[in-house]
Amino acid sequence: MTIKQISVFVQNEPGRLLEFTDVLTKAGINMTALNLADVTDYGIVRVIVDDTEQAVAVLKENNYNVIVNDILCVDVTDEPGALHQILVKLADAGLNISYMYGFSNAGKASLVFKVDDLSKAIAALQ
Amino acid sequence: MIWNEPMETMSRDEMHALQSERLRDTVERVYQNVDFYRTKMQALGIEPGDIKTIDDIVKLPFTTKKDLRDNYPFKMCAAPQSQFVRIHASSGTTGKPTAVPHTRKDLDMFAECVARSICCAGGTKDDTIQVSYGYGLFTGGLGLHDGATRLGAGVIPASSGNTRNQLTLMKDFHPTILACTPSYAMFLAEALAEEGTKPEDIALRIGIFGAEPWSPEMRAKIEAGLGITAHDIYGLSEIMGPGVSCTCEHRNGLHICEDYFYPEILDPETLAPVGDGVVGELTFTHLTKEAMPLLRYRTRDLSSLDHSPCECGRTSVRMARIIGRSDDMLIIRGVNVFPSQIESVLLEVPEVSPNYVIIVDRKGTLDTIEVQVELNPEYMTDSVTEMEEIRKKIKQKLDSVLRISVILTLAEHKTIARSQGKAKRVIDKRQF
Repeated sequence: MTIKQISVFVQNEPGRLLEFTDVLTKAGINMTALNLADVTDYGIVRVIVDDTEQAVAVLKENNYNVIVNDILCVDVTDEPGALHQILVKLADAGLNISYMYGFSNAGKASLVFKVDDLSKAIAALQ
Repeated sequence: MIWNEPMETMSRDEMHALQSERLRDTVERVYQNVDFYRTKMQALGIEPGDIKTIDDIVKLPFTTKKDLRDNYPFKMCAAPQSQFVRIHASSGTTGKPTAVPHTRKDLDMFAECVARSICCAGGTKDDTIQVSYGYGLFTGGLGLHDGATRLGAGVIPASSGNTRNQLTLMKDFHPTILACTPSYAMFLAEALAEEGTKPEDIALRIGIFGAEPWSPEMRAKIEAGLGITAHDIYGLSEIMGPGVSCTCEHRNGLHICEDYFYPEILDPETLAPVGDGVVGELTFTHLTKEAMPLLRYRTRDLSSLDHSPCECGRTSVRMARIIGRSDDMLIIRGVNVFPSQIESVLLEVPEVSPNYVIIVDRKGTLDTIEVQVELNPEYMTDSVTEMEEIRKKIKQKLDSVLRISVILTLAEHKTIARSQGKAKRVIDKRQF
């Protein structure tokens, strides 16, 4: 399935992530997943939230550089080889993953992938 | 030792007569050959015949860096390109450099002035000079090289950079004079101390440093670190390069080669010439230059003049160490950088807004320049790779226009102060 992911540019300075979460907290936005990619002087925060539209609106109001992408999200069972199976299918379809993150909880795992061709990836996993 | 006694010790009256004769000749040549000057003089209602002595110089029009840009590359020239034997260039504000051609006679004058400067600083033909200024379009390397050769001194054409190699040359070839920017001299002194070489283990006795502002405190550190007497040499490519003036053993100002370059100090507001000791904008008029003679070229450097006799015996006027600029030009590792150059590059890059902050600092002994820019919201991406490509692209553009490596930092949108009236675009943290 596809899911909306919000990416935000933040400078790598003390308190910058805090300011970001403060904006979302005040707007009553709940985060499902968060991933932080850092260079040295800045980072890109990628989040999946319960109300994407509202989150983008408040972030823009607060002058953040924001982009929303459709991204691949796969639910698997939390057991050895589950991710491996997915990767085999994506590799067989000739797809490249530029980044991914995931977490498991209560026997279930959710994986988020940035692939170069989203619809091809969905077809490969069906 | 005085390199050219007749010229450097002539009486003030003789100098006045020589300058007057040379100015008349220069004005006649630019009036005949340079549209820019003829038009300007006609607008002021003067002709070459109105210039009788050097005192009439105040009637002549000024020349600015912008005039050189507007007439790029050779429209300010009074000689045809077939007579150019070398073309130097300095960095420009819009990516285009400022061209400075020289005829054979111009390069003769250049070598003569540098030979005088090296002697002024105490050098002789028996010295060996390590020239650690950059060789190339920048006038420092080739200028010192030709002057030292004219003097008959030995030259080690080390050029700038490759510090380890510089130290090897210094220890093995026993140069007695080092010529480079003061910040590089400082860097070399520290590198020498780091590897445990003491000043008395090398043969250096004199330093000839320029192209950058430096303080007496910095001079003291360089002198202690290298075991030398440090001298200040001044010049700018539009006028010639290093050797326009240099300090003598008394180090009470820089002796100007005023038989070639007539100096004036102008009140920055009224542009009227001011008297000795008053700080203002240093302005030069070429008296013999053939390829591109400039009248009253405004250097934007702040200094003052002193015509009182110097104990060294030279009768030439002395200028005070440059104390600053009358514009926003920065000098970073010897390279001239204008904030407007950075702005014009950023305006060509859609990914960022032209809001920027320049932070100049000195890490150890070398200057650093950081340019902070804001990413435009439309170019936001979730990919670090793409973001880094944007950064790399802008850095490369800036590096090639400024001819110096910048640190480019992407900043969050709207975090950089908007220009409300006069925005503070430059933060200079250096302590000179």
